[in-house]
Amino acid sequence: MPYGPHTADDRERMLAALGIDSVDELFADIPAPLRASRLDLPEPEPELELAARLEGLAARNRTDLASFLGAGVYRHWTPAAVDQLLLRGEWYTAYTPYQPEISQGTLQSIYEYESLIAELMDLDVVSASHYDGAAATAEAALMTCRATRRQRVLVSRAVHPHYSQTTQAYFGGGLEVEEIPVVADGPEAGTTDLAALERLLADSDRPVAGVVAGQPNFYGLLEPMAEIGRVAHAAGALFVAVVEPVSLAVLAPPGAYGADIAAGEGQPLGIAPQYGGPYLGLLASTDALVRQIPGRLVGMTTDLDGKRAFVMTMRAREQDIRRDKAASNICTNQALLALAASIYVSTLGPHGLRDVATLGAARAAELEAALAAVGVGRLHPGPYLNEFAIRVPRARNVHRRLLDRGVLAGLALADVEPDDAALQDALLVCATEVTTTAEIERFAAALDDILSGRPPIGTEAGAGTDDPRARERAARSTTPTGAPR
Amino acid sequence: MSVVGEKLQPTIFERSRPGRGGGKIPHPPKHALDRIPAAARRATPPALPEVNEPEVVRHYVNLSQLNYAIDTGFYPLGSCTMKFNPKLNEWAARLPGFASLHPLAPDEIAQGTLQLLWELEGILAEVSGMRAVTLQPAAGAQGELCGILMIRAYHRSRGDTERDEVLVPDSSHGTNPATATMAGFRTITIPSAADGGVDVDAFRAALGPRTAAVMITNPSTLGLFERRIGELLDAVHAAGALAYMDGANLNAILGRFKPGEAGFDVMHFNVHKTFSTPHGGGGPGAGPVGVGERLLPFLPAPRVLRQDDGSFRLERPGERPTSIGRLRSFVGNTGVLVRAYAYLRAHGGSGLRQVSDDAVLAANYLKSRVSAAYQIPYDRPCKHEFVASAAAIKKRTGVRTLDIAKRLIDYGYHPPTIYFPLIVEEGMLIEPTETESVETLDAFADALIAIAAEADSDPDVVRDAPHTAPVRRLDEAMAARQPNLRWRGMTGAETPCPD
Repeated sequence: MPYGPHTADDRERMLAALGIDSVDELFADIPAPLRASRLDLPEPEPELELAARLEGLAARNRTDLASFLGAGVYRHWTPAAVDQLLLRGEWYTAYTPYQPEISQGTLQSIYEYESLIAELMDLDVVSASHYDGAAATAEAALMTCRATRRQRVLVSRAVHPHYSQTTQAYFGGGLEVEEIPVVADGPEAGTTDLAALERLLADSDRPVAGVVAGQPNFYGLLEPMAEIGRVAHAAGALFVAVVEPVSLAVLAPPGAYGADIAAGEGQPLGIAPQYGGPYLGLLASTDALVRQIPGRLVGMTTDLDGKRAFVMTMRAREQDIRRDKAASNICTNQALLALAASIYVSTLGPHGLRDVATLGAARAAELEAALAAVGVGRLHPGPYLNEFAIRVPRARNVHRRLLDRGVLAGLALADVEPDDAALQDALLVCATEVTTTAEIERFAAALDDILSGRPPIGTEAGAGTDDPRARERAARSTTPTGAPR
Repeated sequence: MSVVGEKLQPTIFERSRPGRGGGKIPHPPKHALDRIPAAARRATPPALPEVNEPEVVRHYVNLSQLNYAIDTGFYPLGSCTMKFNPKLNEWAARLPGFASLHPLAPDEIAQGTLQLLWELEGILAEVSGMRAVTLQPAAGAQGELCGILMIRAYHRSRGDTERDEVLVPDSSHGTNPATATMAGFRTITIPSAADGGVDVDAFRAALGPRTAAVMITNPSTLGLFERRIGELLDAVHAAGALAYMDGANLNAILGRFKPGEAGFDVMHFNVHKTFSTPHGGGGPGAGPVGVGERLLPFLPAPRVLRQDDGSFRLERPGERPTSIGRLRSFVGNTGVLVRAYAYLRAHGGSGLRQVSDDAVLAANYLKSRVSAAYQIPYDRPCKHEFVASAAAIKKRTGVRTLDIAKRLIDYGYHPPTIYFPLIVEEGMLIEPTETESVETLDAFADALIAIAAEADSDPDVVRDAPHTAPVRRLDEAMAARQPNLRWRGMTGAETPCPD
């Protein structure tokens, strides 16, 4: 047993104290027909060998590519202090702070988290915390149903598809989710269709509890959030904004454009991508909805001597108290990731966070220009912050071939939305403050090579000549083809 | 002394001074945001603290020292399985190949993680006796929701739409009824039998054509194995319902009882309990779910698949239309799952069985020692945890279980889980786990016995406890009545800074 303390003598002593000969006697209450078959698992592995196995598995992943992949999870520089502090056992091996007298560290850190995120969101109440952006969005949608006693929620098609799918699954209990389409073309292409939203809201037999839209949306575009909120409120619905937290250093926060609830993915705040989690579901609301917000809340109070201290509060919303009447079944949350986000924001400060968001926007503009120079344009014309879709013929094929040239060219949108014809020839790409000019040049050059039918350096000639893009470009003399070779 | 830190700390906002910090991120070009429409831009900057790195580090180190933690002491915390968190696992999860991998990375560049996940599914299926496992749920409670939504989909797929009830025993975790509500079911609560077990006859009477599922924790939240579980499962299936097992107490039965073999249709694992991933002060966790044959088609998407050539891939969107869909973004809390995988590999089959044997032995040993001063309401061999009651002490001295729990802090221990399950008067649920030494168990028992004596000799010292923690008991009523849930403004604070 790798971590157990008991010697044979210890076990004997405990058995003797119990007056039994074998630990088997303690399992005699498991009826014989129900006893387990032998555990058919490998032998225990000593740490040295296990470490080698784990290193071997990690090495089979490729993380050395020039990556332009975002789509909800973003690479950022995390100050070294963040992980060093997280590795203190007093943080990561502590239990949920049900005993406030010996948990003031965690409790104060959560109060500070609530405060920091509330500042970013410009909202009053922050739940600490939810599993990820998708679960937080689903919980936000459920909040609107509880608060309005209505059963129908409208989710923009331009919200991250995983978030709307998660909301669908959470609504499996009888509530209704409907999609708001996006504008198909013109200057607003790819953003939430306001006219369609108004039509959906006009059905007075099926009143809407909440309207959910993302800023920036899944395609990286900036939405008319104030208008969406106004239209939602006019129909008596609540407005849920799905936001990316780093962007809130420079973009208008949910509170400023009238959102009642904000949800989002906290991963960009100092949390590693680690293939899907653990992340951090952000969930915030106005004071008016404080009794509806699910998850942990920590408040400031005093102890018996009048000393300032922090404690979990308004617990009557939670499952261990209210059972089937609880606001949610959430129990374990993401406290350690909330701490990571707090340390990240505190270390960068308001100016650092603004620099992260702004530099990402600058790198993205550089990326747009470099891709345009090789004849690859954006799919949508509207403004974006640091992520946008580009139009690339046979996008999935090109994406795969770029891997061979050391470039992870974002996301082929057809991979997540296979049924949307408008997205079949599109890649969603992003840049952040860690994106370098060299990476951008590598991406543009490799894309140009593939689209022009040139093979990668050091491979057989003709390996990539099947691409129609080269033919198409030759046929259209107006297409800019003068990019430096 | 229960924690290292003696002194409360100012908030990070109170440490802020305009102009501090910086030096982390290059400054961007001046006009980089000019292309963003003014209406979309932030008009007022957020009032975030400005603190230099040394101050940030001291702040979070000093705060950390106000915490009790496994790395500093013993948590006899029933239903929570606070075992040691191996350090290798922290190292492994931070390997760049694991940590830097984007969740939408194409399968061909994610083979290492996909293999790990696929192997982990297999290990968990073997441990539970289930047919297959999904690693997607982010925590036990989400695993429960996943399981109940699959059960709902199962009944619907058979045209069986009248089943709207979920039966739970009154000793269940609060997450069980809360989950049933979330999934659109009505919860029917069944009282426990006198011996602390599920009342099979009461369950039988409640089962019917409207029952979708029963949710059972086994061993129960009293730490007792449900001896009549076989009969109960038969009755559930005879009524056309399915059986959910809450796997919170799996640490008691590794290698001894496989829920899938016994007939459970679905269960969740709490890897932050049984498989040692850190609690993190309240998360993250991960809540894989195992299913039997009936629920296989409904597993959330995407699953991890092994192809004929030995490579791995994720299911594609829409590939398995019977799926309940997804409960979160991407594939799951992979970083947590890497730690669980390392734990399972370190133990192997023989080690896992030893884990449960030692956990159960330790719990029974501690129970026998504690019984010198406390009532043991269900006096038969327990599994990994047991309930003790201070009802007699309260009657005699007025000292409550809450007071005893707080007094344990002065003795250097985290209190046990108290007043849970709700069915035991003045109950405390004590779970030692397999990673605590006999010396620790003895010292803890001595402390509990000493406190019972104090309740007679000096009840006020117990009632006013803790005395050595950084704060005394808190005014929770004020916190709830006048909620102060965020710092407002970095100056002019209403409550003075403790410095």
